[in-house]
Amino acid sequence: MAKQLVKGNEAIAEAAVRAGCRFFAGYPITPQNEIPEYLSWRLPEVGGVFVQGESEVASVNMVYGAAASGCRAMTSSSGPGISLKSEGISYLAGTQLPAVIVNISRGGPGLGSIQPAQQDYLQATKAMGHGGFHVMVFAPATLQEAVDLTYDAWEYAERDRNPVLILMDGCLGSIMEQVEFPPMKEPDRKGTHAWDLNLKEGEKRNGRLLTPYFPEALLEIKNKSHKMMIEKWQRNDVKVEEFMVDDAEYVVVAYGISARVAKEAILRLREEGENVGMIRPITLSPFPKQSFRNLNYDQVKGIIDVELAIPAQMHDDIALEVLGRAPIYEYCRSGGLLFDDEGIYAAVKKIIDGGAK
Amino acid sequence: MEYKRPSSLKPTPSGFCPGCMHSLATKLIADVIEELGQQENCVHVAPVGCATLNLAYWKGDIIGAAHGRAPAVATGFKRTNPDRLVFAYQGDGDCAAIGLAEIMGAANRGENFTVIFFNNQTYGMTGGQMAPTTLIGQKTTTTRYGRDPLTTGYPLKMCELLATLEAPAFISRYALNTPKGCMEARKAIKKGFTLQMENKGFSFIELLGNCPTNWGLTPLQTMEYMDTNTIPYFVPGVYKDKYAEVK
Ligand SMILES: Cc1ncc(C[n+]2csc(CCOP(=O)(O)OP(=O)(O)O)c2C)c(N)n1
Ligand code: SF4
Ligand SMILES: [Mg+2]
Repeated sequence: MAKQLVKGNEAIAEAAVRAGCRFFAGYPITPQNEIPEYLSWRLPEVGGVFVQGESEVASVNMVYGAAASGCRAMTSSSGPGISLKSEGISYLAGTQLPAVIVNISRGGPGLGSIQPAQQDYLQATKAMGHGGFHVMVFAPATLQEAVDLTYDAWEYAERDRNPVLILMDGCLGSIMEQVEFPPMKEPDRKGTHAWDLNLKEGEKRNGRLLTPYFPEALLEIKNKSHKMMIEKWQRNDVKVEEFMVDDAEYVVVAYGISARVAKEAILRLREEGENVGMIRPITLSPFPKQSFRNLNYDQVKGIIDVELAIPAQMHDDIALEVLGRAPIYEYCRSGGLLFDDEGIYAAVKKIIDGGAK
Repeated sequence: MEYKRPSSLKPTPSGFCPGCMHSLATKLIADVIEELGQQENCVHVAPVGCATLNLAYWKGDIIGAAHGRAPAVATGFKRTNPDRLVFAYQGDGDCAAIGLAEIMGAANRGENFTVIFFNNQTYGMTGGQMAPTTLIGQKTTTTRYGRDPLTTGYPLKMCELLATLEAPAFISRYALNTPKGCMEARKAIKKGFTLQMENKGFSFIELLGNCPTNWGLTPLQTMEYMDTNTIPYFVPGVYKDKYAEVK
């Protein structure tokens, strides 16, 4: 298959279509507008449905309805809109319906800024809504990875009957890169899923109930199985890139756009003989705990959390695995201000030279 | 006429309070579904409110929606499954307060499903607080001295509001406190479902009901109360009908 030059948001949109997504509802918000714009014409081409919802609340609830009919469905937004979607995402998790949510994130609380940032890590990994549920969170660092993760997202969502979140920042959403799209999957819409309310040809079946409302005892059992699912993710579904960590004395931890920029800085430091490596979580949830357990703490002198978020949001997840065996430093920008490889280079260099606390 | 349980309802004892017209509304809908032979084909989008109790009675397929979001959920389902008969059932808090955006959006798009709107002028499920439809002067747990329009505005007339929209096919209101009102409501529900099955678009049927428990009245008293208070303000009738020929 030939490579194509596409914009990040459109890459996600086309990958969703290839994955068999046939329903999208969304509400305009920068920096993700190309996703609904693309799908507004692309979905009807393949027999799918696009609805511009009256709000993010309505859009995610439309996705809930479409998922109930066994249709692969998606919605996308950014910070403020993701907050509004949290009701519906919680309902998806509670009712155990699969769907894919995309957050092209921006900076800060409230309206924040429309510039790229990674301020939504905690929301994404700890509490996408009320009720104490978790979702898988995919954090691509290249557009090819965004395509591949989006393409696979429904496999996980449907396997687990749980929403999957793709967390990317406005920078990756806006840049153009060459990608190779996977082949078109034709969605199976004929009542084949355990959860859908489809009727097969001539079938008379009803009394099926989709609701997040359960009697106490059943709800506890359901919550326990949710916990078991999360534990399984940790065993089976972690995706991580370990870059030059074997001999590393300093380990950068970064995801998404930050990891991409950090890699440049690390290569330069390596040229200068500094033993620097990187752990790049691709799944933020499940967090790649084992990568931190595998580090040789007799050799590692420092961990450097590099994020476009202040306060650093991944810090606690890292600290829980490092357990005080190495100091954890931070290098962060926020509010929509980006760092460059020069900045990361200088920050890491300073830490190595003992200039940072 | 034989009075029996419609086949689309389970033989489960009712959890609605005695004399509550939610059970009447449920029976009317179930009866129409049976008459149209749609027991297997219909999908009920349930609200949050006392009508959530319907999850236990309804034999058909049900999707439980978040509070106020039934029209959005129904949109997603019906658009991806157009052959099913889809109806959302909403209370007045659900539809006219928290879900105002969703009902307006769905109606304005002319979505091809039916909304049954049960207006009992209070938040029944949460213990009788003021609803957007609570009448002026009506006492509730959040309007102790009666609803005061100076601070809470006026009761919202959903049929009148939706009838300003271009897209909806059929909008009408009935009071369930007389047999005549019930029979007319039944006909309207049938018409709404028929329009949907003929792909003619959005229908909205408001049923004026009661809440004996939170109104603090006996069921019989609620029926008189509706005559003297509810019906003069929420006037029953057809507010929009693009297809007068469809019965
Ligand atoms: C987001 C949200 N807010 C509030 C509630 C609590 N709540 C449950 S039912 C209800 C009101 C129901 O009133 P109405 O829609 O009029 O239905 P009724 O019980 O009167 O039939 C409220 C506020 C909720 N479940 N979800
Ligand atoms: S609280 Fe009111 S609306 Fe709810 S079941 Fe009882 S009487 Fe009916
Ligand atoms: Mg009510």
